[in-house]
Amino acid sequence: MKVELTEVRWLDQHYQLSLADLSALSGLPKADLLELVDYGIFVPIDPKAAEQAFHADCLVAARTACRLRRDFDLDTQGLALALTLLERIHELEAQLSDLRARVPGHPR
Amino acid sequence: MKYKDYYSIFGIARNASAAEIKAAYRKLAHKYHPDVSKEPDAEEKFKEISEAYKTLKDPEKRAAYDQLGRYQSGQEFKPPPDWQQQYSETHFSFDDIDLSDLFAGLRGKQQHTKRDSRKIPIPGQDYEVTVHISLEEAYSGAEVELDLNMPEYDENGFARRVPHTFKTRIPKGATDGQRLRVPGKGGKGFNGGPPGDLYINIVLRPHSLYRPSGHDLYLDLPVAPWEAVLGATIEVPTPGGSVRLKIPAGTHAGQHLRLPKRGLPKPHTGEGDLFAIVQIAVPSVISERERQLYKQLAEGSAFNPRGHFEQEGHHES
Repeated sequence: MKVELTEVRWLDQHYQLSLADLSALSGLPKADLLELVDYGIFVPIDPKAAEQAFHADCLVAARTACRLRRDFDLDTQGLALALTLLERIHELEAQLSDLRARVPGHPR
Repeated sequence: MKYKDYYSIFGIARNASAAEIKAAYRKLAHKYHPDVSKEPDAEEKFKEISEAYKTLKDPEKRAAYDQLGRYQSGQEFKPPPDWQQQYSETHFSFDDIDLSDLFAGLRGKQQHTKRDSRKIPIPGQDYEVTVHISLEEAYSGAEVELDLNMPEYDENGFARRVPHTFKTRIPKGATDGQRLRVPGKGGKGFNGGPPGDLYINIVLRPHSLYRPSGHDLYLDLPVAPWEAVLGATIEVPTPGGSVRLKIPAGTHAGQHLRLPKRGLPKPHTGEGDLFAIVQIAVPSVISERERQLYKQLAEGSAFNPRGHFEQEGHHES
């Protein structure tokens, strides 16, 4: 069987996505994304720009938002709250992981 | 085709009402949704719950499911002879189809005909996969071979699981929690729809020496008591090879010695640091001569490691 080699793309702050790309790739309508921008969930790279662009890592949260909306029938306010709390959990997990790494003899 | 008992997944009776089905789904979705759950098998469980709910919440699909008959979960079965004619105009083989794909493609006769005649392009499904890599692979980058069962539409618009094998390059610097996108490597589209994307979630396997925090690494560095007191130059392993590290005289246990840029490479530029955490290692077995030397040291030293206890005691009295 032919096994082809494919390249990956980073989802991080080094790359940008337009609002249209973010919507198409996440499945979340533009209007919902803009509402989540108002809630401060997604921060455009330049909020004053005519065409808003986002860091590519926003796609991870946008896909999560799309799944949560679909699977729990959430309205945008509920979605914003869920995403804020998930972000706080991720931050706390990162802090916990950092503290564990600093403890001698602690398994990862 | 293997049977799945959608009612037992929800723990409800076969005559459960739509409200009971919805309530059971919500309860289990909160517990197992992969975006919020920490259950070890959350993803698989949620797929199962989601699949069952998609069929049971739709009265037409639920009726079609009920007409399949009753079997044990996992039991091979074939639908009754007239089932296909009753619920689908398209003829297909049941041998290589999954129950979830069968019901995902089942949209009732009217809807199915309409979709086919209009030839609406349907994009392929996105697919997510977790890839476990070693710390060495994160350091140097790696090629990984992925064996995935992708949902793919056949000529009748029915999704089927098709095994796909391809290699992808995990670039160096991808560490724990990094997400990567492989465009066009998800499921194939139908009627000219574009293929979906593949999303990779990187998980770093634990390492016997290094504990990562982002791109920084922490390493326990055992030193002998005399090395800590007198200072020494010792060899320290790093992912890029051993380096010589000067331990200053009077080094304490728990002290972090920073080796700049000896951690994991960052995605586009730069490297994390490596922190060696000093541990004073004490030999558990010593020779008679060593015992004598330690005794001499004990008798000749004025060092009191617990001096602050006494000071604290004076303050209290």
